[in-house]
Amino acid sequence: MTVDLMSFARAVANGHVRVIDLTQTLSQEFPTIVLPPELGQCAPFRMEEVSRYDERGPAWYWNNISLGEHTGTHFDAPIHWISGKDLPNNAVDTIDVAQFIASAAVIDCSKECAADPDFALTIPFVEQWEARHGKIEPRSWVLLRTDWSKQTYPDYAGFRDDGAHTPGPEPAVVKWLVEQRDVHGFGTETIGTDFGQGQHFNPPYPAHFYMHGKGRFGLQCLTNLDLLPPKGTVIIAAPLKIKQGSGSPLRVLALVAGGNA
Amino acid sequence: MQRKSYEGAVACLPVTIPYRRYSTNSAHWWLGRALHELIKRAKLRLKDIDGFAVSSFTVGPDTAVGLTQHFGLSPRWLDHIPFGGASGIVALRRAARAVQAGDAEIVACVAGDTNHVDSFRKMLSTFSRFAQDAVYPYGSGGANASFALITKNYMNSYGAKREDFAKICIAQRDNALWIPHAMMKKKLTLHEYMSARPIADPIHLFDCVMPCAGAEAFIVCREDVAKSLNLPNVRILSTIERHNAFPNDPMQIRGGWELDVGELWSMAGLKPSDVDFVETYDDYPVISMMQFEDLGFCAKGEGPEFVRSHTLTNDGTFPHNTSGGQLSVGQAGAAGGFLGLVEAMRQLTSQPLGSQVPDANACLVSGFGMINYDRGLSSCAAVVARAA
Amino acid sequence: MTEPLVRPRRKDPLKRTRLPLRPQGVRSRTAHGLTAAAAEGRFALQVCLDCSTVIYPPRDACPSCLSARLPFRDVPRGGILIAETTVRTSTEPYFRERIPWRVGTVKLDAGPVVVAHLHGDAVEGERVRLELKLDKSGSAVTMALPERDTENMADDPHLREMTCDPKFRRVLITDGRTMVGQAVAKAFSDAGASIVFVGLANPWKPFPGMGGLRKIERAEIVPLDVTDTESVTELAEQNGARIDIVVNTAEHIRAGGVVNRRGLTVAREEIDVRYLGLLRLAQAFGPTLRSRGADGVNSAAAFVNLLSVHALMNWPAYGSFSATEAACLSAAQCMRAELRPGGVKVVNVFFGPLEIEWFQTVPPPKVTPAVLANAVVRALQHGLEDVFVGDVAEDIRQRLAVNPKALEHELAS
Repeated sequence: MTVDLMSFARAVANGHVRVIDLTQTLSQEFPTIVLPPELGQCAPFRMEEVSRYDERGPAWYWNNISLGEHTGTHFDAPIHWISGKDLPNNAVDTIDVAQFIASAAVIDCSKECAADPDFALTIPFVEQWEARHGKIEPRSWVLLRTDWSKQTYPDYAGFRDDGAHTPGPEPAVVKWLVEQRDVHGFGTETIGTDFGQGQHFNPPYPAHFYMHGKGRFGLQCLTNLDLLPPKGTVIIAAPLKIKQGSGSPLRVLALVAGGNA
Repeated sequence: MQRKSYEGAVACLPVTIPYRRYSTNSAHWWLGRALHELIKRAKLRLKDIDGFAVSSFTVGPDTAVGLTQHFGLSPRWLDHIPFGGASGIVALRRAARAVQAGDAEIVACVAGDTNHVDSFRKMLSTFSRFAQDAVYPYGSGGANASFALITKNYMNSYGAKREDFAKICIAQRDNALWIPHAMMKKKLTLHEYMSARPIADPIHLFDCVMPCAGAEAFIVCREDVAKSLNLPNVRILSTIERHNAFPNDPMQIRGGWELDVGELWSMAGLKPSDVDFVETYDDYPVISMMQFEDLGFCAKGEGPEFVRSHTLTNDGTFPHNTSGGQLSVGQAGAAGGFLGLVEAMRQLTSQPLGSQVPDANACLVSGFGMINYDRGLSSCAAVVARAA
Repeated sequence: MTEPLVRPRRKDPLKRTRLPLRPQGVRSRTAHGLTAAAAEGRFALQVCLDCSTVIYPPRDACPSCLSARLPFRDVPRGGILIAETTVRTSTEPYFRERIPWRVGTVKLDAGPVVVAHLHGDAVEGERVRLELKLDKSGSAVTMALPERDTENMADDPHLREMTCDPKFRRVLITDGRTMVGQAVAKAFSDAGASIVFVGLANPWKPFPGMGGLRKIERAEIVPLDVTDTESVTELAEQNGARIDIVVNTAEHIRAGGVVNRRGLTVAREEIDVRYLGLLRLAQAFGPTLRSRGADGVNSAAAFVNLLSVHALMNWPAYGSFSATEAACLSAAQCMRAELRPGGVKVVNVFFGPLEIEWFQTVPPPKVTPAVLANAVVRALQHGLEDVFVGDVAEDIRQRLAVNPKALEHELAS
């Protein structure tokens, strides 16, 4: 089968294929994952100006940045979790690059989440979605649209005195998506692919445990999922080629057919 | 000023709690046994003891005060005497004045220590500030190393030979053969002494006392009180005491006795040749030799010749350490400072544990100890005599 | 007669490594006046200000006049060894495994009588000179050496317990790129180190002195970047067990203040190279050094920091650099406590301006890399802990001891 890539390039240029940015801007204020003080923490995003057309560098402007592999909108590789540590090609520098382009199914539970920050995605909910939109294609991302990215930062992080209260999947549905639907990976708008109170599930953090245990991927801190159709989007999500990296911040682009005529 | 006589004050009731090499009991237990023995033999009640003097290295964190409650005593005179080998005579001096002045009637003087497997090491490493700062970090050889230096210097200065020290040790071992609780139970030969394991040159194994657990005790009271209790007793003719004598001597070649020896004999009304036997503090034979010199039996530096020309067994020309001394019997910590006085009391009341010195009527007892840095700081002596 | 040290044979890999033990290091507070003197290689005892009596052991009232004014002052070291003994049994495990051990009584010309460790060539009845040394507990002890140097003197096993002599030891110089690094590498080779590992980062960047490094006898260049945790860890994993002395020559010297600076990138580099670099080295090499403190002739001996003297008092012209050096000094003090259980010394060598490009505009006196390097080697040969190299460093040390506030102002002007 010959594929006409030039037509694709022209379609992007003239808007017949729309490119939607699913990425949050990397800035100092964006919330990062927080762990108990006795454990190692994810580095927040920081910038130091090296020069700005001044005595430190007359004709140029540039910055040194520092951040963690899991800061801001980022990709999780299977090596990130203990369940995926021994799989082959499980780090960002060894994953087959073809895996960085895949289709996506977008499951909308934004109304349910608006009513209840402890909304948990279940198998029946997905089956109901499939009844309307058709089965999830194999090797397709599943992105959970919660509209959580529209929240102000305090509500976005959702911290109470017993931890975060943010939506996410139950253990059973994750296992089912991997085993029965052969999904490519799981993506969310929240910090982390897991339910806010996911440490109390069995196994704890099932999105990480089952996805990475089977060599699948994660995307988090996504935005603009409300601009995507339920099916038919192609996602480009290519992490930085970090030596034995467990993940990286990245630009997540959604390609959607249709738009300006 | 003329020193006051000890007339009217006597010592009685020599008690020894048989020594053991190691003991899991506390010092309190050993001291308690000695106190119990005193009361039992004197047919007293606890409340009759109105004076209490105690010496012990291992009774910490308690001192004499804690022991009053521990033992059920309510004394009106109390002293804690942490002077090691000088403790016995110092206790005698303090208690004698107390009963003479009427400050107390019946003073129990007790010394004892336990010996756990790590007691010795722990004691050495925390013995004194100067030992901590300026001695223990240097090979941690303990008192053995410190007295090795003193012995070496004495040998260099006065020509003493190991054989001279051997004679002292061998005679003491002979004197101990009948002591049931002695740590060293066999005769010592010259060959054994000379070929013994070196500890810190020139000191070898048989120059050293064996640390053990045990207790010694006696009672000090007025003569009429002793008579009413039917207790044989001994008179105190004179005593001396001195600490940190001769601080400018580069190394210790003499003890404080040399400063006060004249007073010792003039107060007693006796000459050295008048005593029938001598109990020196024998932590090391070189110190016994120094005591012969400093207490008037011979001139400084003539100790070796004095030993060569006398026999030191109980039946000899100069009976010395008549129950074998610490070198034979063992050193039960502070009880070693009571050992000589208790043995003197036994001999002078004709109730020895070992062999009786013939015509034992007067004795010189000497105490020494507390190697704070590089020399023994405390020295003392007493001339005691059979009751009239 | 001291037997010369023999190059140690290869260790039997099946044999258990002897673990470090220490003599008792507890001292009264006053006695640590001796520790301060020993750290700097001085011989100082208390001298009564009111009656001039020289006093030992250290105490809190003069035994002649009871004065409490008893500062430590340098006093003459000479004396006579009156008597000696050889300890053959000890209750202390450290000495128990090192007997026979000679100690003696020295009558000092200055007055006091001192119990001292004896060098093998110190003879009873003859004159000796006393030194204050830091033993394996890190506290000061006295040691009597023969009055005149004798052959192979440094090889005396009991003296070697007190020092960190590079002879037959294996050394890591963390950065050979700089003039100081190269001078230090040469100095250790000359001092008899059996191997001098020289760390080099970014080998794709050429530098003058590369040729010279290769010519140093028994020097081996190894990859090491103190700003890269993985690089430091890897070197320690491969070579940590055969490195006995670490000398941190990683350098980042820039003029510039705190207010008088724009941006934080230089400060970040300083922190990463100097402070975090030190932490990386400490974590990677420290535990192994500590466990090998009693591992034979070439036991682990020291971690050496080259620190600006301005770690002690900021020099505003190099203010940001001074602050980073101060952080390194504090970290080194922590390391000293952490490595002490292994009998491994942390040696701080303080320097003022050096004859290198980063101090180009600073007027003399300045110290050449070779002089600094020799001072490092001598510090280890004598077992010192705090060393000040050059006139400026010594000057600052003295001024700091008398009036820190005045020094603060003087450095700012």
